[in-house]
Amino acid sequence: MKNSMMDSLRRAVQRVGSLFRKDPLDHELDEEIAAHLGMAVAENLRRGLSLQEARRQAVIRFGGVPQAKERQRQERGVPGLDVLLQDLRYTVRTLGRDRLFAVIAVLILALGIGANIAVFSVVNTILLRPLPLQDPQRLVWIAPADANGLSASTYSADAYDDLLAQNRSYEDVTGYYAFSTSDNFKLTGHGDPVPVTGIGVAGNFFHMLGMEPALGRSFAKDESIKGGRAVVLLAHPFWERQFGGDRGIVGRPITLDGKPVTVVGVLPDTFDFGAVFSPGAKVDIFVPQVMDDIRNQGNTLALIGRLKPGVSVAQAEAEAAVLFPKFFWSKKYPDSAGHYSAKPIELKEHVSGRLRRSLIVLWCAVGLILLIVCVNLSNLLLARAAARSKEFALRSALGAGRGRLVRQLLTESMVLAGMGAALGLGLAYGIISYLRHQGSIALPLLGSVKVDGAALLWTLAISVGASVLFGLLPGLKTSSSNLQEALKDSGQGMSEGRNHERMRSALVISEVALAGVLLIGAGLLLRSFMRVLDVDLGFQPSTAAAIKVDYNDGGSVEKRSAILEEILRRVRAIPGVEAAGITDNLPLERNRGWGGPRAKGKVYRSGEVPGAFVYIVSPGYVNAMGMRLRGRDFGWQDSMKGENTVILNEAAARFLWPGEDAVGKIALIGKSEVRVIGVVADVHETNVEGKAGEQMYLPTMRDEWGPDGAELVVRTKLPPAQLAGSVLRTLRELNPNQPAVEFRPIQGIVDHAVSPRRFFVLLVTIFAGLGLVLASLGIYGVISYSVTRRTQEIGIRMALGATPGRVQIGVISTTLRMALVGIAVGAVASMVVARLIASMLFATTPTDPMTFVVMILLLGGVAALAGYVPARRASRINPMVALRNN
Amino acid sequence: MGESKLDLLQGTLDLMVLQTLTAMGEMHGYGIARRIEQVSGDEVLLNQGTIYASLVRLQQRGWIEAEWGTSENNRKAKFYSITKRGRKQLVEDAAYWQRLSSVMGRVLAMGDEGGER
Repeated sequence: MKNSMMDSLRRAVQRVGSLFRKDPLDHELDEEIAAHLGMAVAENLRRGLSLQEARRQAVIRFGGVPQAKERQRQERGVPGLDVLLQDLRYTVRTLGRDRLFAVIAVLILALGIGANIAVFSVVNTILLRPLPLQDPQRLVWIAPADANGLSASTYSADAYDDLLAQNRSYEDVTGYYAFSTSDNFKLTGHGDPVPVTGIGVAGNFFHMLGMEPALGRSFAKDESIKGGRAVVLLAHPFWERQFGGDRGIVGRPITLDGKPVTVVGVLPDTFDFGAVFSPGAKVDIFVPQVMDDIRNQGNTLALIGRLKPGVSVAQAEAEAAVLFPKFFWSKKYPDSAGHYSAKPIELKEHVSGRLRRSLIVLWCAVGLILLIVCVNLSNLLLARAAARSKEFALRSALGAGRGRLVRQLLTESMVLAGMGAALGLGLAYGIISYLRHQGSIALPLLGSVKVDGAALLWTLAISVGASVLFGLLPGLKTSSSNLQEALKDSGQGMSEGRNHERMRSALVISEVALAGVLLIGAGLLLRSFMRVLDVDLGFQPSTAAAIKVDYNDGGSVEKRSAILEEILRRVRAIPGVEAAGITDNLPLERNRGWGGPRAKGKVYRSGEVPGAFVYIVSPGYVNAMGMRLRGRDFGWQDSMKGENTVILNEAAARFLWPGEDAVGKIALIGKSEVRVIGVVADVHETNVEGKAGEQMYLPTMRDEWGPDGAELVVRTKLPPAQLAGSVLRTLRELNPNQPAVEFRPIQGIVDHAVSPRRFFVLLVTIFAGLGLVLASLGIYGVISYSVTRRTQEIGIRMALGATPGRVQIGVISTTLRMALVGIAVGAVASMVVARLIASMLFATTPTDPMTFVVMILLLGGVAALAGYVPARRASRINPMVALRNN
Repeated sequence: MGESKLDLLQGTLDLMVLQTLTAMGEMHGYGIARRIEQVSGDEVLLNQGTIYASLVRLQQRGWIEAEWGTSENNRKAKFYSITKRGRKQLVEDAAYWQRLSSVMGRVLAMGDEGGER
């Protein structure tokens, strides 16, 4: 038994092997059969038959040479594979003969499949794949349920300590300082001061995320307590960029902000802090956050927990509901407890949850494209099938079964899809490497998007699926056609044309409908995006730019005022500068919140006063940002010598003195009495699409308010880039240590804030455009084909007196009839689809009539155009020529 | 195809070829086919061409081997001979066929007796 199994195996190997020796084996068999027949003839001759009879008998006894050869070939080779190879050879030949068709088909497929692979890779990375951290499903983001602004979604160091001590849900809890800005450190000792972006993380941060340094070690316990050794971990890209990937850097000190700090390690290439926690941001270095340093700063820590095995998010949430109200904003103030809450959510949900709907919509849009591509190809194949009906009739007359013909046609589709997929993969690689380098798009994990195994599998699945989808219908259609009719049919006849044409029209109609859905969906998103761009931000982003200013005031408010005043005086003197001012935070970037202002003399219930966003600014900032102010701006006299002053936004003013003018009133901020000198229009501080919260602008010249960094905002008539050099030079003159930080257009900050929407809108619009082109190609193909087929008929009509104009109108109206049905179906389907994407729309109703009308007109116009080209051709038919032909 | 001749059961032709090669030694395809026809008294329906499918099958299993040589009347021909494994297989298969045919004989003979009971 074992023996025969071995023999079967041996045979299988030989069978496969024989595929590669087809020609020599065939040749041997030919010779063998020739010898066989020769011997048979010789024997028959010996028996006294004539030569002719001897030959005849030999062949009869042999029983058909081709059949014997075929049986031997089947026996020695792999039967299915043989047929497949045969089909493939045939396919290559037929496609080679019809090169234009093959090229168009492959290009269309490559577009459809390529777009699908690219979008799948993005969806896979952001939505489907787990986060690139250890056991990411146990990581949770700990923040209040609907926090507005950074201060409201972070916790104090005291709360963090208590959470660590009291929780039972987490294996460990870590956090990072959430208020770092870009270029917040400066590295010296390597030529010009280099701006560096660093983040303070809790000592257990990397260990807890399961991210061990690629070189060196993570932070030690004593390095995150006050007075501990100053150490730093380098991010991989920064290590390569700044230190040329020098492994010897570990253990050596570097100079950060003028102080020596020891490099203890380099993080692995796979760790990208920004990608997970702060999309679009690049972080260069990590320092251990000394909790005692930020104990008096209030809410500064973003918290991440690792659940114990077996503990669910719901359990952690239940525990948080009990624990968090007990935590202190600061233990120095015993009454500061009771204001915290938290709703832990899976970290993955925090990172990409908001994008789920957009990504799924994108995925559906690109799926629609593939569907349109399939319909288009089906159509092309049907047209081809009509031309090839004779060929298939002939093959079937020669004994090819229906299954065999369908198989042949499917092989053709698979070959087309395979080539399309190969080209599409290349296209997807291109798109993805482009996307990966779009650091300005605020999408998480975008930098790690790649075509991976899953994407390749997906490619395979959609290519096979697509080829079956577009190949099966024409396959069945062709193989079922009546043999006799087809052979008789002269190719331009009417016999099966009508049926064929009806099917092709149905395909085109569905194509138009699908394109209509895409167009209207894209139209709604585009309109939303335009509405977003039209939002009154409360400031003028164009022609202004910001640069981070480095200064050293030694902690003295007088010195700070003097330095900033001098900077502003010098900067304003630069030709081209219209206005300049300084703030610690810019809108749409880092923000911080304090307890909101109260009206003096009013009594508020606990929790009634909302928090307010705080901006500590210099005179001139309001003007430099292009904010709309009533009342007056700060002057340098609003210092410790003068009255304590504040500028509120409308939201705050409305809350404090509803129906009254706030200017001139006295507000309470903390324990300070402050006069409101002005009110500005609401500025979108956290996002473009949401509503503005309460804001207060406080003078940097007062001791009560400590600014956190300084951003110099410059408004100019020139393109901001032209000013970059002179502004930096001026800053350097005043402070040689000023790092060469970027001069950032304010518009860029706004663009960054709307970049996710821009990204989705751009892609969906491109897909809709693609859909439109494909649909018009489909229309063109069908109409053009029917004109060709009806050349004679049109010729007769023209001979009987139909004018070219009449012929043209006839063709165009056929086109429009088809398009109208498709558009009607598409419009109805769009109503449903629009409802599904309603939550992604901004200030646009799902049934926005304007969008529907414009898109329907666009689709109808393109359809008419696609019909016009063949219509023109029809009207130029020369009746004499048309009638003489055929 | 003719109705009166015996249709070959799956695998029987292989067995015939093995037996023929054992009995006659090295032979070419035509010789094997002729030999089977003669021994069967022309009772077997055999298109001589089908022998080549059987030959390649047996060869791939390693039960026979082939070599180009020259025939008695000076023709180039492929000569087949049985291998050691082929002989072993033949013993097994022959025993199987004999058992099967005796069982079939008994089963078919039972028809009359069964009728009487």
